[in-house]
Amino acid sequence: MERDTHFILGVYDDEDVLLHAVEKVRGSGVKIHEVYSPYPVHGLEHVLGYKRSKLPIAAFLFGMLGTSLALTMQFYMMKFDWPMIIGGKDHAAFPDFIPVSFEMTVLLAAFGMVGVFLITSNLKPWAQPRIFDLRSTDDKHILAIDLANNSSMKLEKIKEILTDSGATEVNKKSFD
Amino acid sequence: MAHHGEHHYNLDQRFDFTASIKKSILTVLVIGAIILGIGIVLAITGGHHEEGAAAGAHAFHWYERLYASLWVNNVFFTGIAIIGVFFFAIQFAAQAGWSAPILRVMLSLGNWLPIAGVLMIATFFVANHDLFHWTHAYLFDQNDPQYDKIIDGKGAFFFWPMEKGTFPLFYIARMVLFFGFWVFFFNKFKQISAQEDQLGGSSHWYKMRSWSAYFLVFFAVSSSVSAWDWVMSIDTHWFSTLFGWYVFASWFVSGLSAITLIVLFLKGKGYLEMVNENHVHDLGKFVFGFSIFWTYLWFSQFLLIYYANIPEETVYFIERLSSDVYSPFIFVNLGLNFFLPFFVLMTRDSKRHGVFLKLVCTILLVGHWIDFTLMVQPGTLGHNGGLGLLEVGMFLVYGSLVAYVVLGALAKKNLIAKNHPMLEESYNHHI
Repeated sequence: MERDTHFILGVYDDEDVLLHAVEKVRGSGVKIHEVYSPYPVHGLEHVLGYKRSKLPIAAFLFGMLGTSLALTMQFYMMKFDWPMIIGGKDHAAFPDFIPVSFEMTVLLAAFGMVGVFLITSNLKPWAQPRIFDLRSTDDKHILAIDLANNSSMKLEKIKEILTDSGATEVNKKSFD
Repeated sequence: MAHHGEHHYNLDQRFDFTASIKKSILTVLVIGAIILGIGIVLAITGGHHEEGAAAGAHAFHWYERLYASLWVNNVFFTGIAIIGVFFFAIQFAAQAGWSAPILRVMLSLGNWLPIAGVLMIATFFVANHDLFHWTHAYLFDQNDPQYDKIIDGKGAFFFWPMEKGTFPLFYIARMVLFFGFWVFFFNKFKQISAQEDQLGGSSHWYKMRSWSAYFLVFFAVSSSVSAWDWVMSIDTHWFSTLFGWYVFASWFVSGLSAITLIVLFLKGKGYLEMVNENHVHDLGKFVFGFSIFWTYLWFSQFLLIYYANIPEETVYFIERLSSDVYSPFIFVNLGLNFFLPFFVLMTRDSKRHGVFLKLVCTILLVGHWIDFTLMVQPGTLGHNGGLGLLEVGMFLVYGSLVAYVVLGALAKKNLIAKNHPMLEESYNHHI
């Protein structure tokens, strides 16, 4: 596959420099593929222009699913499948159902949210992540630019923009 | 944010309590007083007294309704005032930086405390037999046909060291002690704040943290015991072990709503320009979270009593749920104080925008006031209670007086803790 295999990497030592560099690089019209950092850099998603995560919506929907499943289950069991009188209450005594419904809401919201997060972040156990630069797990910030996305720009120009923005190294990386 | 801008905020700003704001508050006060007056006239001339007399219960007098209304507002607004001081102390105990510019807003609520204390004690002495069943001497007299063994067993909690049925010394001493210490700590916080404004340096912050810790220990006990004394003892036979927390949670949500509303009001007038949507978001999260906490306690109290089904416990909810007067309000209470804040404040945007917060916080103040009405009225007024003009008028009168006192006090001091060591951290607060 020709696309998505050739990258230019800017290597940064300092998060302040990185944040300004991201602004400069994006400002000069270069599209950034991704930035890899050893730790969460506050404000990075903001300068990269990322939209807010939709994860809370998934959590809400899974939570609602949990509530409805729990209520349906309890109503079915207590009213139709195996009616029992407990503590002299009605078969379908709504207040009794709330603790279980609450727990199921929390359980499914949490599981659903983790599941959606793993899937959308491509964190499947069998996924093979592309390592751009091993030092991004240690002490360097790596700014990756996909050449296929920036075909209108000359390679030399991109390198120059990266160096000007404070990158200590500018490397090329290709994947097979 | 990693790249900080330079901040040039006016740290010496003071709230200008203008004539037009005063006029608005006084207008509400006058309207409230008129509604209250009409309510009292209606209560005097109202026709629902005969039922009580016919049923053999003690005759109902119109002023009992007035006393119950006074008591509801005493307890409710005392709660808002002490929560201001409590939340202030929490900021120091937790070493919080985000809240530095709004500390003085929290503290200003405490200015109602001395007045609340006087009102509370005065109302108790005027209304004692009409509000608190346990104040009747015959309950403790073994030769009296109305002798009550259970209340006699609890008598020492009110009357010690006096003879049961005489002067409730222990009860009054607690009331004086709690208000005394709360006002003492409030004045201490004000005094250290004033020193910090004058002298600067971080030593005042450390001093404040120590005093906050002492206060929080005292408040942990006094908040619970005051809830037993002032609210739970109305239903003298009945008891609930989490009642103190339940009242505290109601107070906390009301206090947080009041703080949020004052902050948004000041921002709307152009003050507190360093307070941005991130700080407002945090306040919104507190209101949202503690509304759920209140619901958790409300439901924990209800479910256990409902499930165990012990008559001496269920009477509390039977009085409310089986009553024509109160049963609708149980659901109004849950709707306003749980479902509304839960669904409206769930999203991030609604917590960051003043419009939603103003709406929800105003409704929460009314909602928790209804919650306190539901705690006080059934045990004092029975089926003669309800929300009428008298109650609404009294709420408006108290609310406008509290607003006048709090805003008036806010105008006298610096609005911002200008030498607080964490102001810079607060400017850069970002969530």
